[in-house]
Amino acid sequence: MELTTLTYLFVGATFALYIGIAIWARASTTSEFYVAGKGIHPVANGMATAADWMSAASFISMAGLIAFNGYGASVFLMGWTGGYVLLALLLAPYLRKFGKFTVPEFIGERYYSRTARIVAVICLILASITYVIGQMKGIGVAFSRFLETDYDTGLYIGMGIVFIYSVLGGMKGITYTQIAQYCVLIFAYTVPAIFISLNITGNPIPQLGILSTMADGNTYMMDKLNLVVSELGFNEYTTQVLGSKLNMFAYTLTLMIGTAGLPHVIIRFFTVPKVKDARATAGWALVFIAILYTTAPAVGSMARLNLMNTIQTGPVGEVTANIEYDKRPGWFKNWESTGLLKFEDKNGDGRIQYYNDKNKDFAAKAESFGWKGNEMVKVDRDIMVLANPEIANLPNWVIALVVAGGLAAALSTAAGLLLAIASSISHDLLKGIFKPQITEKQELMAGRIAMAGAIAMAGYFGLHPPDFAAGTVAIAFGLAASSIFPALMMGIFNKKVNRAGAVAGMITGISITMLYVFQHKGIMFIPGTSFLGDMSPNWFFGISPNAFGCVGALANFAVAIGVSKMTAPVPDHIQHLVEDIRIPAGSGGATDH
Amino acid sequence: MNKSDYWKENLRLVAILLAIWFAVSFLFGIILVDTLNVIRVGGVGLGFWFAQQGSIYTFLVLIFVYTKKMNTLDRKYDVHEDK
Repeated sequence: MELTTLTYLFVGATFALYIGIAIWARASTTSEFYVAGKGIHPVANGMATAADWMSAASFISMAGLIAFNGYGASVFLMGWTGGYVLLALLLAPYLRKFGKFTVPEFIGERYYSRTARIVAVICLILASITYVIGQMKGIGVAFSRFLETDYDTGLYIGMGIVFIYSVLGGMKGITYTQIAQYCVLIFAYTVPAIFISLNITGNPIPQLGILSTMADGNTYMMDKLNLVVSELGFNEYTTQVLGSKLNMFAYTLTLMIGTAGLPHVIIRFFTVPKVKDARATAGWALVFIAILYTTAPAVGSMARLNLMNTIQTGPVGEVTANIEYDKRPGWFKNWESTGLLKFEDKNGDGRIQYYNDKNKDFAAKAESFGWKGNEMVKVDRDIMVLANPEIANLPNWVIALVVAGGLAAALSTAAGLLLAIASSISHDLLKGIFKPQITEKQELMAGRIAMAGAIAMAGYFGLHPPDFAAGTVAIAFGLAASSIFPALMMGIFNKKVNRAGAVAGMITGISITMLYVFQHKGIMFIPGTSFLGDMSPNWFFGISPNAFGCVGALANFAVAIGVSKMTAPVPDHIQHLVEDIRIPAGSGGATDH
Repeated sequence: MNKSDYWKENLRLVAILLAIWFAVSFLFGIILVDTLNVIRVGGVGLGFWFAQQGSIYTFLVLIFVYTKKMNTLDRKYDVHEDK
């Protein structure tokens, strides 16, 4: 069957499934809307958490970053999984024991302060909106390819679908839909990986494929890849670092603590019946996440190998070894029409030369071949996963499946995030602070309006994304890492941190991180307003803006503890509250106040 | 058998598990990566393997060990749910 027909079929069928589930499990009370009425089994909840968690950044963007950054992209692999250890050991069971609906609610009560709650809401909204922008980029890429339009149109259509889908459901609908979405996305991710691994190495398990030898010889696959890329002047795949080792350390740490501070993930742990289940949920979530994350290095490395081999078909320097532009494969043309892949025949020979012209030694050598610069002037990293099955010549149904999977990943996360934004506005700000007398119905309505506003805003920024999907998402992690995680952790583990300390800490942490991001990436990400320029010589100890959240988090801890020492101690009843959170016994269902 | 002993045992367990968490990711995967890469496993260095595979498997084990140990600890100090 035609690829387009198949894609419509797959995407249509999966969407019908999600919408069917959303209608079947439609939320009717606020408790069901926010936390699914707390009746979800740990394995099911783990699966839903995994879908919620693995977004367009994980599905669409990450393998692309791995493909081009090799070892350097390990920060995403470790950072986005290691955070679950922190979540399971330091936060999840205690927040579940506390038993409320939202993260700001915990912060407001633990720090006996409405100011703390408002600050937490602001931090949460900043982090979540940035995160949704990253999703919008991914959704735009997937839709533009699927409908064969340009990126902007793809983005508008995607916004419309996210709107219909998440405004309707609420948490109960979202949880069941996310289980379906997990199944779709993991199937879509692993099937092509298995095919490609089998093609390249003869080993059907991608995790072992990357450790195997090539199917057509005795060289190890990774050695081969290192050779292929370094022959064209690129950095060696398995050793290239992202910035510096210090930057990688900071980046990984930021992503880890950001994971444990992101509200839409934390909310998940409010939806299980018991404290025991909260611990197990984190474990199950990581099982389901690890299936994709351990496959990603294979997808990335093999996609890179296939890409290089498609363009450079023979020995470097031989004229006929570069593919002719007129004979470029179908996927190349398709991606050119989205504007995310661009070719420019610099030396006018009608063939494609793809090499690293920033490598001086190699550029000199390239000159002697008559090459006049890298002709693949734009290869958007975010297209790699979607293009991968086409590059590897896999059957059309696999390609259609991957598009459906990418959309599942982006939609499930966007929905979860929008829910976190909606609940913090309608439940924390409106019901909790400004208008305690509103009815459940009005609260639900306010939540839905907040979602719509968030979609519009994220869509606007999605038109001018500050980075690749995964990079944008990384900034969101920095914001969550520097504000919410420290406040939660100290709230449980340090009885001495008081109201003033927590507020000062959160404000310091998020301000430092935002200032650093804005001065390098532009104020509100608007191009041209970055007064320091986004380049490594201007970075603090070479730490990139995406990786700066952990510095903000350290400042948050230090300021909170310092200020608490100088101000009035924590009242007794709050100290008892903390002691009570620390033991599982006596946890009831989550209650409203 | 009191709650502060329960909390201390909990903290000790968390500290041990987090030490392992740090070792497999930051230590093996980043700081010592070049040293470990001397040991080769199937075409890649051991440090690279930890950074892209091994650390994730270890994280999984850590969470399930924690869950199991804490459930035992809850019962030992009689602070478990559904008594």
